[in-house]
Amino acid sequence: MGMTITEKILARASGNGTIRPGQIIEAGIDWLMTNDATTHVSVDLFHNRVKRGRVFCPEKTVFIIDHNVPSESTNTTRVQNIMRSFAREHGCPLHDGDGVCHQLMVENYVSPGQVVIAADSHTPTMGALGAFGAGVGSTDFTAAMVTGRIWLMVPHTLRFDLTGRFKKGVYARDLILTIIGDIGSDGAVYKAMEFGGPAAAGLTIDDRMVLCNMAAEAGAKNSIIEPDQTVKAYLEGRRGSAAEDAYLQSDPDCTYEHVYSYNLGDIEPVVAQPHFVHNRTAATELKQRNIRIDQGFIGSCSNGRIEELRTAAALLQGRKIHPGTKLLITPASRAVQLEALREGLVEIFMEAGAMVLNPNCSVCWGACQGVLGPGETMISTGTRNFKGRAGSPDSSVYLASAATVAVSCLEGRITDPRAYVQEALI
Amino acid sequence: MKGRAIVLPENIDTDIIIPTQYMTLPTVRRMCSYAFSPLRPELAATVRRGDILVAGKNFGCGSSREQAPEIIRELGFACVIAESFARIFYRNALTNGLLVLEVPGIAAGVKEGDIITVDMEYNKILTPDGGRYGFAAIPDRLAAMLEAGGLVNYYKKLNRAAS
Repeated sequence: MGMTITEKILARASGNGTIRPGQIIEAGIDWLMTNDATTHVSVDLFHNRVKRGRVFCPEKTVFIIDHNVPSESTNTTRVQNIMRSFAREHGCPLHDGDGVCHQLMVENYVSPGQVVIAADSHTPTMGALGAFGAGVGSTDFTAAMVTGRIWLMVPHTLRFDLTGRFKKGVYARDLILTIIGDIGSDGAVYKAMEFGGPAAAGLTIDDRMVLCNMAAEAGAKNSIIEPDQTVKAYLEGRRGSAAEDAYLQSDPDCTYEHVYSYNLGDIEPVVAQPHFVHNRTAATELKQRNIRIDQGFIGSCSNGRIEELRTAAALLQGRKIHPGTKLLITPASRAVQLEALREGLVEIFMEAGAMVLNPNCSVCWGACQGVLGPGETMISTGTRNFKGRAGSPDSSVYLASAATVAVSCLEGRITDPRAYVQEALI
Repeated sequence: MKGRAIVLPENIDTDIIIPTQYMTLPTVRRMCSYAFSPLRPELAATVRRGDILVAGKNFGCGSSREQAPEIIRELGFACVIAESFARIFYRNALTNGLLVLEVPGIAAGVKEGDIITVDMEYNKILTPDGGRYGFAAIPDRLAAMLEAGGLVNYYKKLNRAAS
């Protein structure tokens, strides 16, 4: 009996030959990551609950300040300083305002076949490079930081076979929101989501990150795409490729709990309505309902990368944002922002009337920029639209692709991007 | 174990359990008064020690914030019974010594205020109208961690046994 790629990675990491879903294993960890949303809790645990504590492998324990950047209050600064001191004292890599944590892990650290454990729910993003990434809480993180190991239950795998090509104006973001709408926000709880099939090879790293990132919103433990030439080329351009045997593939005779098939050509621009990510509807239907928006947001670990910014810029070029609407753009990392600057995208955004902000989690988690007031509505490329997620419990968040957000900001109401995409020739 | 049920719907997310803006408060105790505030602002003040939280599917979906199960424990809830749990919440609950039970069918069978019985010996829940709902046993390793009072105490116990 063969194994899935997720099972193979966990078998290697735990020193087992063959493992099966449901089995509890003890895995070694390649990378640990924690950010300023919760690190102070881990540091407090480390100081008060761990006897003679030391960080098992400091150079592989990455500290990233990204959730409230720059700090908006003295309390936040106090909490971030706890993190800065700890990272310096123990010799851990520290990123301070360089970008959103999952983006930085993919840009700088992770390789195919590795195990990444991080104190953040969107850690499945690591699957874009063919790595296993799972989120944990602060106590589990602290234990993993001290021991270098973690217990994991081997997940069952759901396979998503992709065929066909996206039509104009449709993106990976629309695909994953469609999938979550179909399987529900608990459709993959405790499970691995594996994307593959003939169309997977044509997905860029940015597309793969969109899919793997949002798998968290279906409850997935991890999400993964078998690493291929695209991953190899991405790594060679950055930090050198991983060893050949790290490019694991699922065996033809492996067992999937369920196989879903999606033809990318059937996907339409969609929007997740408040207050659940699975609450999907067609953008064109919302256009009929004339939903006025106060704010747009393009950014986050889900959709703040260069390809999304290029799409948004092509649609905003030479146009002005609706006078009753604000548009916030936060690139996912400093590297992405520099690229956008060099390509002239930042100028296009600013000419259109958008606010271009520093890379950080921003209003996606409703704590430091563009927080919504009572009765306000936002359309966002962020990760979640939970009640109160972006500020007031009486505000509303709609999730959509960067294209849908950009054109909705032009009209001041939710609209379908396809007419604009035709015109912009993208 | 017997307790009064407080009933919540499905898909209770971590931003409902504790909204982002209160997460930098210095103690879990201080966060408690804002627990569930976007949905049930009155709830935190009305919980009595030993109450049992009953919910629909996918309880605890969303972020990895460990304050979520800590607050539920701190409020005095004896356990959380749900149709299903989001995985990070489930893990965080066990790690912090909060009993969480996945019990199919429970949401439709319990109403707010019901006194329900949790029978850990025979793995079933009994409701006032005679309903009986079975659940799968928690795997041994996780049960041992829960019994020790969470992950930190479990490791302490292991270390003591080894030395």
